[in-house]
Amino acid sequence: MLAFAIRRLLEAAIVMLTVALLAFVLFRFVGDPVNQMVGQDTSLEDRMRLREELGLNDAVIVQFARFVAGAASFDFGISYQMKQPVTAIIAERAPATIELALVAALFAVSLGIPMGVYTGIHRDSWLSRVFLAVSLIGISLPTFLIGIFLIYVFAVKLGVLPSFGRGEVVRFGFWRTGLLTASGLKALILPAITLGLFQMTLVTRLVRAEMLEVLRTDYIKFARARGLSKRAINFGHALKNTLVPVITVIGLQLGAVIAFAIITETVFQWPGMGLMFIQAVQNADIPVMAAYLMLVAFLFVLINFLVDLLYVRVDPRIRIYGRGA
Amino acid sequence: MTFRPLAVVSALVLALAATPAAAKTFRYAFQGDLNALDPYTLNESFTLGALGNVMEGLTKRDKDLKIIPALAERWEVIDPLKWRFYLRKGVKFQGGEDFTADDVIFSLDRMRSPGSQIKTRAPADMKAVKVDDYTVDFVLTSPNPILHAEWDTWYMFSKKWAEANGATQAQAAQASSLNPFALKANGTGPFMIVSHEPGVKTVFKVNPNWWGKPEHNLTDVIFQTIKSDATRVAALLSGDIDMMDPVPVQDIERVKSNANVTVLTGAELRTIFLNLDSMRDELLYSNVKGKNPFKDARVRKAVYQAIDMEAIHSKVMRGMSTNSALLISPLLYARAGEFKRWPYDIAAAKKLMGEAGYPNGFEVTLDCPNDRYVNDEGICQAVAQMLSRIDIKVKLNAMPKAKFFQKAGPTDKYDSSFNLLGWTPGSFDSWNVIANIIGCRDADGKGGTFNFGGYCNQKIEELGRNILVETDTTKRDAMIAEAFKINHEEAGVLPLHQQALAWGVSKKVEIVQRADNQILFYWVKMQ
Repeated sequence: MLAFAIRRLLEAAIVMLTVALLAFVLFRFVGDPVNQMVGQDTSLEDRMRLREELGLNDAVIVQFARFVAGAASFDFGISYQMKQPVTAIIAERAPATIELALVAALFAVSLGIPMGVYTGIHRDSWLSRVFLAVSLIGISLPTFLIGIFLIYVFAVKLGVLPSFGRGEVVRFGFWRTGLLTASGLKALILPAITLGLFQMTLVTRLVRAEMLEVLRTDYIKFARARGLSKRAINFGHALKNTLVPVITVIGLQLGAVIAFAIITETVFQWPGMGLMFIQAVQNADIPVMAAYLMLVAFLFVLINFLVDLLYVRVDPRIRIYGRGA
Repeated sequence: MTFRPLAVVSALVLALAATPAAAKTFRYAFQGDLNALDPYTLNESFTLGALGNVMEGLTKRDKDLKIIPALAERWEVIDPLKWRFYLRKGVKFQGGEDFTADDVIFSLDRMRSPGSQIKTRAPADMKAVKVDDYTVDFVLTSPNPILHAEWDTWYMFSKKWAEANGATQAQAAQASSLNPFALKANGTGPFMIVSHEPGVKTVFKVNPNWWGKPEHNLTDVIFQTIKSDATRVAALLSGDIDMMDPVPVQDIERVKSNANVTVLTGAELRTIFLNLDSMRDELLYSNVKGKNPFKDARVRKAVYQAIDMEAIHSKVMRGMSTNSALLISPLLYARAGEFKRWPYDIAAAKKLMGEAGYPNGFEVTLDCPNDRYVNDEGICQAVAQMLSRIDIKVKLNAMPKAKFFQKAGPTDKYDSSFNLLGWTPGSFDSWNVIANIIGCRDADGKGGTFNFGGYCNQKIEELGRNILVETDTTKRDAMIAEAFKINHEEAGVLPLHQQALAWGVSKKVEIVQRADNQILFYWVKMQ
């Protein structure tokens, strides 16, 4: 087990380095950050000096080496735009994204599973058709359209929910939460639905497919023959056995939700990491972009690692002890 | 520990309940961020405007941009090389410090510190001499009629406060750590900062000890960034905010049709123009080899006359622009009315192309930013279409601003044959335009750094040098007119239009829209 973990960690390091290198090659094409940092009247000499001081005139490989050296000690430099250490900005912005992602995932699961079970059991009922139609919308409509639509209906027309932002927040150390205030909770509703809709759809369809599969198996037939109640069969036996793949997918999707909340955050001006990243791209704020990409890469590496470990626990047939063992 | 948030919440509730009934909170949003609160680190009109509610300069500008006294009660030009400023007495900073001549001299040093982005606010060789606690002389080495033109945004720091907070130097862009003051502010202005989260939210409250007479009726102000156009519009329509800037051109009618809000429009100072590479001997991005058609004034004029500005005004800008014959807003130059655009005339343009030896036109690439000016890419698309009528085949290369300024600007040595740029003279004065936009430069950008086409006329250079030191307004304006006339005749840099401001404002709010697009809430009245 330990050997496995070490090997995976080495692999993870290689993945992270590759991501960093790719990012730095790409940064050559994002443009010149200096023009966004100085006023229009700043002299050419000052501009050129700033480029030199920021190390933008160095070869890509030198910039990359400097970045890796810093990153190894969690120093990602200072944001060109916000003039704050990047690690501090991320620590400031991460809670907003994580709360949004968790609530979105909770929304997706708590609605997706019952809908999946229902559509799996009552395949042809009209309600099933409605659920499936809704899930089709969730899959096919782009996120920003759903977001704008929700804002239009609930903020502009009905005026019941805020159109943007995070509401009032309460601070616990570095963590600022919007979950403890009324305005914070209200502000969370629309973005969470927007972000979670796709995941909900995914969960619904996955649970439905798994349910249909399981309900055809022999042990369900035997359970029915034994005269167990429908409830016991559907939830006690069938649903339980569909959950293994569902949990895996949800775990992986949670990473995706955190990493790709960018659009939802932009539409709702949600002060999280996605919004920070978009702003960084527009201003060619290289330290922020680099740190964010590293964080996302790390998140995926971590989740994959945990999922691999989970598999072993869930399914002993998977061997991980290496070829020699 | 777990009870603390509850305590905070109840404290908040109590605080809210305790606010007097007259509390008036003005909530506004802008597409960009308010980052560091040090006004010397970013020379950008939104940031300077927001901080202009908290900090003040020796001068300020009124609703029509006229220079009026602020922290200086008055000033006089003792001789062309010596300006004397008399400071207002009894002014206190929000931290309680008195404002004196020492603060002015300190602020001058600070403005010249390495990290400062506003070094051009005063000539580098200007000296400040303290006469007494409330009188300062500024001693120059050459006459400068517009010395104090930008002093409205050169905000005064308290020497004592800056020294206590380690803020004696402007935050350097590449510093390895953040100065703690970059998120604090201490000014003399009508409002003070309560809290500041860069890129998210900034809360202001009224400064009860301000020296002036308030022209607003606010108690609190909340600023928030809303980047997405659609969300900004929705936030205004739903009443979550009272004012926002800008309203996207395509949403203006929709916003106006709402009963509770309106759109405030007006001319902005920024002029949009086209640069043609008239410097290189061979165009970089063209099929013409061995020569450069844009070196020929006839070709440049043909391009000028082939662009139908009326169509751009009505179709691309939907009426939200003012076509311009000059590279400066008519609000900023007294004799602007004397200039008329060359008429849109395809036949004349074709004739000019024939005379210049390009009856069959040529190919060229137009570089264009797509996130910098109002509908910048749309303007470029229209220009490309229009030029095809005189057989100039334009390949459009639109890109984000960060990329555009790198490619078309000095960083990549003006790697562009044809591009679109906008400019607002920081000093609100024509000399700035003559020096930066039509002043000669070398291949690296020494000289007129923002002359992206490299257009050069020695006569304009000479006029520029004289304009800089001429103190007689009539003579000065005449020389400015001459310089602009040369650019007009030679079609050196082609002016297009001034874009318009569009603010979305709740009908509860009375606000002054100044042409420099600063949002100054010390003039806001709310019902």
